[in-house]
Amino acid sequence: MRFVFKRSYDDDIRWFRHRTQMMYYLVLLGLAVALPWLLDDFFLGEATNVLIWAIAGMGLMLLTGHTGQVSLGHAAFMAVGAYTNAVMMQRGVPFIAALPLAGLITGIVGTIVAMPVLRLHGIYLAIATLAISVLAEDIIIIAEPFTGGVSGLAAPPIELFGMQVSRYGTPTAFYFITLVVLLAVLFAYRNLLRAPLGRAFAAIRDSEVSAQAMGVNIARTKAVSFGLSCTATGLAGALLGHFAGAFNHETFNIVLSIQLLLMIVIGGLGSIHGAFFGAMVIGFLPQVIAIGRDVTSSLFGLGSLTIPGIEAGVFALILVIFILFEPMGIYGRWLKIRTYFELFPFYRKGMFKRQKSYLKTERTR
Amino acid sequence: MSLLALENVTLRFGGLVAVDNVSFHVGEGEVFALVGPNGAGKSTVFNLISRFYDPAAGDIRFADKPLLGLRPDQVPSLGIARTFQNIELFEQSTVLQNLLVGRQRHAKSNMLTEVFFTPQVRQEERRHRQVVEEVIDFLELQAYRDKYIAGLPYGVRKIVELGRALATEPKLLLLDEPASGLSVEETRDMIFWIEDIKKQMGITVLMVEHDMNLVSAVCDRVLALADGKELAIGTPAQVQAHPEVIKAYLGTGGGKADER
Repeated sequence: MRFVFKRSYDDDIRWFRHRTQMMYYLVLLGLAVALPWLLDDFFLGEATNVLIWAIAGMGLMLLTGHTGQVSLGHAAFMAVGAYTNAVMMQRGVPFIAALPLAGLITGIVGTIVAMPVLRLHGIYLAIATLAISVLAEDIIIIAEPFTGGVSGLAAPPIELFGMQVSRYGTPTAFYFITLVVLLAVLFAYRNLLRAPLGRAFAAIRDSEVSAQAMGVNIARTKAVSFGLSCTATGLAGALLGHFAGAFNHETFNIVLSIQLLLMIVIGGLGSIHGAFFGAMVIGFLPQVIAIGRDVTSSLFGLGSLTIPGIEAGVFALILVIFILFEPMGIYGRWLKIRTYFELFPFYRKGMFKRQKSYLKTERTR
Repeated sequence: MSLLALENVTLRFGGLVAVDNVSFHVGEGEVFALVGPNGAGKSTVFNLISRFYDPAAGDIRFADKPLLGLRPDQVPSLGIARTFQNIELFEQSTVLQNLLVGRQRHAKSNMLTEVFFTPQVRQEERRHRQVVEEVIDFLELQAYRDKYIAGLPYGVRKIVELGRALATEPKLLLLDEPASGLSVEETRDMIFWIEDIKKQMGITVLMVEHDMNLVSAVCDRVLALADGKELAIGTPAQVQAHPEVIKAYLGTGGGKADER
C-alpha cells in the first residue's frame, strides 16, 4: 500500500495524487497520441467514436454523476450542437470557430431549458427531460429551412489550417481533432471538481438542504451545471455530425438519450473515469456483437443470421446486470479490486457498502 | 447588544400554530439554548432563522439587519451557520470536501476562472484549505480527513457537521441537538468544544438540546418552549425549576398528560 505524505495544501489541490499516478496518465496520453499508427483506419474510426461518446459522457456525468440531476434528454442537446455547427459552417463560418460556438450555443440553450425543468426532482425530472428529447425530434422536422427536415443535413467538409479533414479521407486528422476537444473538456471538468463550483455540485447531489444552509444558490448552481453539461454534449454532437457525415432527426432520437444515460451508469456514476469506461462499452459493444454474430453463424452454419433488436437487448441485459450486481459501475469494480490488493489480506466485504439513511430532513427540502 | 432578535414570530402549518408569538434576544458571545418537549417548535425556530420557512407574523433581525427578505442561501453570508438534527452531510464526499463546502460563502471565483484554475483561484483555494485544516485540528478529525462520510460512525459525523459549520467562520452558530445520539464521553467532548467555540473563537451559539447536563454545563440562558409558546426564560437552573416547565414535561397531577 502506498502512503502519500502531504507537505503542503497543493498536495491536495494537484490533479494527480503522486508522481507514479501522473506517469500512468502520461503513458495513457502517449498511447492515445500513438493510436493512429497502431490501428488500421477502421478501428481508428471506432476509437474516434469512443472519444466522441466519452465527451458526451463527461457532459452527462457532470450533470447526473456530480450534480445528481438525471437527464433523459441529452440527445436533444447533441442535436443542437450538431445542427448549429453544420448550419454555421454552411453559411461560411470556419470549423475552428463553428465548433466552440456550437458548444457555447448549446450551453446557453441548455441553461434556458434548465431554469424551469430543474425545479423538478427525481422521476419528474426524468420525465420532463424525456419530453425534451421527444420534442427535439419534432422541432428538427418543423424547422426545415435550417435543418433540412426529414432528409437531414450533410456535415460540410472541415477545412483546418488549409487542410481538408474528413472522417474517411483523413481519419488520423479527425481523430486528433476529437482528441483535442476531449482533452479540453477533460481539463475544464477536472479543474471544476477541485474548485468551489465543483464542490457545490456534489453538495447539491448529496443534500440540497445543507448545501443551501452553506450558502449554495441551488437554482443557479443547477442551471450552471446543466449549461456546462450541455456545452460538452453540444461539442460531442457537433463532432458526431462530422463523424456520421449526414444526419437527420433520427440520429438524435430517444434511444441515443437512453444510451448516454446507460453509458455513465455502466461506467460508474460520479467519476470522470466512469464516462470513459462507459464510452468504451457503448462504443465497442456493437462491434463485439457483430463479431459474436459472425462467429456463432459460422460455428453453427447458420449463414448470415440477423436477429432484430439484439443490440438493444444486449444493452438492456448489461444494464440490468450492472444495477443488480455492481451499482458502482466498472470504475467502482476497479476501485474494489485495487483496494483488495492494496490492503491484502485486510479487505472487508462491507468496505464499499453505503449506509442508507432514511432520516433525511425531507420536509425542508 | 443583541446579535439575533426574534420579535413576536408566529408560524402556522394549516390549523396548527407551530410557533406562537415567540420573542427572544441572543446577546453577542452568549450560549443560548431552546428546550422543550417534542413538537414544541424548537427546530421550527431554527428553520425560521435559516429562512426555510416564512413566518406568518413577526420580525427576525440579525446584527440589526432584517433576515426576512433573504433567500435561505443568503443567510450564511451574514455569518450564520447551522447543523441539522438528523445530520445532513454530503455522504459521497470525504470529510475534507465536506468541510470545504463550508467555505462556499467565502468563494469569490467565478465559473470561468475556475475552469482555467487561474493562479488567483489556486491562491484562494490554499486559503480555504488553511481554514479547514485549522478546524480539523481543533476538532481532532485528522484520522478521518480523507475518509468518506458514508463509512463513518454516527458520533464522528456529528462532529464533522459541527466542523462544517465552523469552516464558514460564523458569528452565530445554530446547533440542532448537538448531543443527540452521542455517548457519555462524546457528549463531554462536545461540552468542551462548545466552551472553546465560545471562549476562543468568540462565536455566539444558539442550540436546541434535550440533554440537560450539556445545557446546564455550557448555556448562559435557556428558553423553554411548549406547543410553540414561550414558557420560561432564564438561567438553566431557573428554567429547570420553573413550575410551567415541569408541568410541560411531566404533565399535571390531575388531567390528561400533556406530553406529545
